[in-house]
Amino acid sequence: MTDNNVTSGVSRRGFLKGLGVGTVATGLIPSVAPETEAAEQRPALRGPGEIPITLKINGQNRQLNVEPRVTLLDALRNRLDLTGAKKVCDRGTCGACTVMVDGQPVYSCSMLAVEAEGRMITTVEGLGTPTQMTAVQKAFVKHDAQQCGFCTPGFVMACTAFLSSHPNPTLEEARAGLGGNLCRCGTYAGIMEAVLEAAKKGGA
Amino acid sequence: MAKVDWPAADKRSLIGKHISRTDGPVKATGAAKYSYDINRPGMLWAKVVTSPHAHAEVVSIDTTAAAAIPGVEAVWHDETLKEVVYVGHIVAAVAARTEEIAQEAIRQVKVQYKVLPHQVVDNNPSLAAGNPAERKAGNVEEALSKADVVVSGEYGIPVITHCCLEAHGEVNEVKGDEMLVWPSTQAVSGYGNQNLAQGGGVAQNKIRVDCQHMGGGFGSKFNFELAPGAKPIAAILSKKTGKPVKLMLDRDLELAIAGNRPSAFAKIKVGASKDGTVTAFDAETWSTGGQGGAFNSGIMPYPLTKVPNVRIIGKRIITNRGGQRAWRAPNHPQACLLTMSALADTAAQLKMDELEFFLHNAALTDRPEVYREELRIAADMLGYKAKAHLRGDPKAGAGPVKRGIGIAIHTWGGLGHNSECDVTISGDGSVEAKIGTQDLGVGTRTCIAQVVGETLGLSLDGVKVEIGKNSPYPPSNGSGGSTTIGGISVSSRKAATDALNALLAVVAPKMGVAADALEAAEGKIRQIEKPHVAMSWNEACALLGKEQITKRGVNVPAESRTAKLIDANVGGVQMADVSVDIETGVVTLNEMVAVQDCGLIVNMKLCESQVYGALIMGVAYGLYEECIYDAKTGRMVNADMEFYRLAGLKDVGKLKVHLMTGPAYESRGIIGIGEPPAISPGAALSNAVANACGVRVPNLPLTPDRVIAALQKGGIA
Repeated sequence: MTDNNVTSGVSRRGFLKGLGVGTVATGLIPSVAPETEAAEQRPALRGPGEIPITLKINGQNRQLNVEPRVTLLDALRNRLDLTGAKKVCDRGTCGACTVMVDGQPVYSCSMLAVEAEGRMITTVEGLGTPTQMTAVQKAFVKHDAQQCGFCTPGFVMACTAFLSSHPNPTLEEARAGLGGNLCRCGTYAGIMEAVLEAAKKGGA
Repeated sequence: MAKVDWPAADKRSLIGKHISRTDGPVKATGAAKYSYDINRPGMLWAKVVTSPHAHAEVVSIDTTAAAAIPGVEAVWHDETLKEVVYVGHIVAAVAARTEEIAQEAIRQVKVQYKVLPHQVVDNNPSLAAGNPAERKAGNVEEALSKADVVVSGEYGIPVITHCCLEAHGEVNEVKGDEMLVWPSTQAVSGYGNQNLAQGGGVAQNKIRVDCQHMGGGFGSKFNFELAPGAKPIAAILSKKTGKPVKLMLDRDLELAIAGNRPSAFAKIKVGASKDGTVTAFDAETWSTGGQGGAFNSGIMPYPLTKVPNVRIIGKRIITNRGGQRAWRAPNHPQACLLTMSALADTAAQLKMDELEFFLHNAALTDRPEVYREELRIAADMLGYKAKAHLRGDPKAGAGPVKRGIGIAIHTWGGLGHNSECDVTISGDGSVEAKIGTQDLGVGTRTCIAQVVGETLGLSLDGVKVEIGKNSPYPPSNGSGGSTTIGGISVSSRKAATDALNALLAVVAPKMGVAADALEAAEGKIRQIEKPHVAMSWNEACALLGKEQITKRGVNVPAESRTAKLIDANVGGVQMADVSVDIETGVVTLNEMVAVQDCGLIVNMKLCESQVYGALIMGVAYGLYEECIYDAKTGRMVNADMEFYRLAGLKDVGKLKVHLMTGPAYESRGIIGIGEPPAISPGAALSNAVANACGVRVPNLPLTPDRVIAALQKGGIA
């Protein structure tokens, strides 16, 4: 993304500089792309009411109206009825809301919908279907890597993204790489089996 | 109704097998719609206003400003509420066009409070109120005075919260005289109660409950209430606005008010003879369940029911905390931690190997042989003999990282509950099973399909299972106490058996034999004596023409127990192998094994998943979980998932599960599994840490600060 989409009159770079925490804050916001000098342009103020935006989700352009404060997660779930991503911690801790933005796993609760404009968003609905599952999804079913299943779509997204960057993970790499997702029912044994098997079968 | 039994091991085609859950694909692809995912046309979002004070009088509530916000469609407050008794107590709610507007509006509700004194401390017995519960057997004082060794200790386990990933709540739609409700619940058949009906202004029999998938309950989702005593707010707001309303708790409230397993603290004295036999158990316990009931310590010494001399005094501390709710095996994890800690400390005092000690004292349980067999299997799985050492032994390790093993044993009931099932066979060969039950993640749908498929000789694909709705679906109890799989398996077995018999009565004349000479197997109706003389399932059903066969099966728990279809009371053993860094206090789980019996297992894969899941949940409450309250403000300070820590993938070590099978176990019938394996983990971990670092860390969770404090204090107990 570029800072053209920043929703206040203050550019993010200027804001972060002002706080003196630029590098730290960038590390905390996984969705932030590298800053460029072009980003110094002051964008037009948007909001505070609902504004029309277009999101490219699973290859389709979807138009919707959201207030600038609406998160990508809430836009997906509440405006577009894409409910595969779940709202659990709502604070970037549990990973149940994981989607991919430009191929990278992102906590959609921690990104604004307006920030996602112009980027390639993939949600769990964009992977497989119950009758045509991806290798990761098949492995989750086979190894019973789910109980109540509420964390499962987030884990499936995280696994898919992880395997695309780590096609042959070790057990320890997988444990670390999926450490940003939490399950309450305790399906980790199945998840580890599933991710390692999906890796053998060529990942996503 | 036909007499039914379970097929012999060599006759089973589906029951007892490793079978993937049938709703796995919809869950793995995000297609499964949970209650939180229901979006109805024109739906409003509700949010609740809650008390920031732990105890206060409600002086006035002014909703004018909130109601004036564009997009706000209804504001409600509880006119009967005069006093709030914990932070998070619900006082008002708004419904608005978007979630964001609702969030903004609740900040504009002005509530005036007169703050009153509060009390949230639960680890001090002098704060107890009322008459303590007391249980006595034999003469504990005399037995302690005569014992070869008396070991004293103090132990504790804090309040923890369920942290269901799907928050508590529902979508409610009052339409004329009818209410449609999509709750996240453990009890679909009982959800539409009188209170909910009143909230929506409809008759109770006009409530249509639908919960196809729910994101975790663990005991906290039996009622419609967001918190104990709370009003049916979504129904009230839907009635007011004439629109569907979604009300799900935000995460901070979910953690602070929608869970709360009672704490348990104890001073315990154990008397034992030189050979390790426990002769006396004397405990004073205290606990809080907020304003509600507290830990029932009467089940101690747990599960050593035959200790001859016992005195248990159970005190209750009323606190200004959210109300308690059932948590996976109510009372048992606490009783297990308290008892097992005291017993392992006794073994350590006697310089007796912990495994030998438990093998010896298994005689004091209700099922000595089961525990002994399970202890031996668990020891083999963990490589106990090679790793074990006495507490304080140099074998724990020469460096700062010490290694140790801990053992715990547990029991649970798990008798299948009341359940009814309708099985319908149609002329096109289709089969449908309907039950007003729910799937918390155990795999209820799959187990029903297995039992019906097994009975009718069909594959899983041949059975369509419909659950998650109340009447007119046949009623089934809520999922609590590990009672669901026993209940639904019997009701579906009976319904399928009766439906099959009705079909065989139609088929028999065509095949020229008596109905009782026929059986259903491998997708066919065939002669028992001449299996090659057969008719395909579809051909047989075609004889029904446009008729359908529908039969209802009913599980009556006591009768089914007598008939050995289901049973209660299981035993389980768990062992943990941990490393403790005595410089940092960090505990690392290396390996944990669970050995469990649960009678006849319907689905081996799903049953194992329950045990793995229970172990992991146990690791979380053993090492990390605690609702931390600030005494001064009365607030839960870690009501988020960053600081209310669950176990992650890197925390759980290597896990091994062994389920007891074979005729001796399977002939008992089905027994529930969900709860028992969640009982021992905390105790096994605590005993392992004591074995590793030479001192007892008295309170769970076994966090670095507690480990360091215990090491500094020193001593065996």
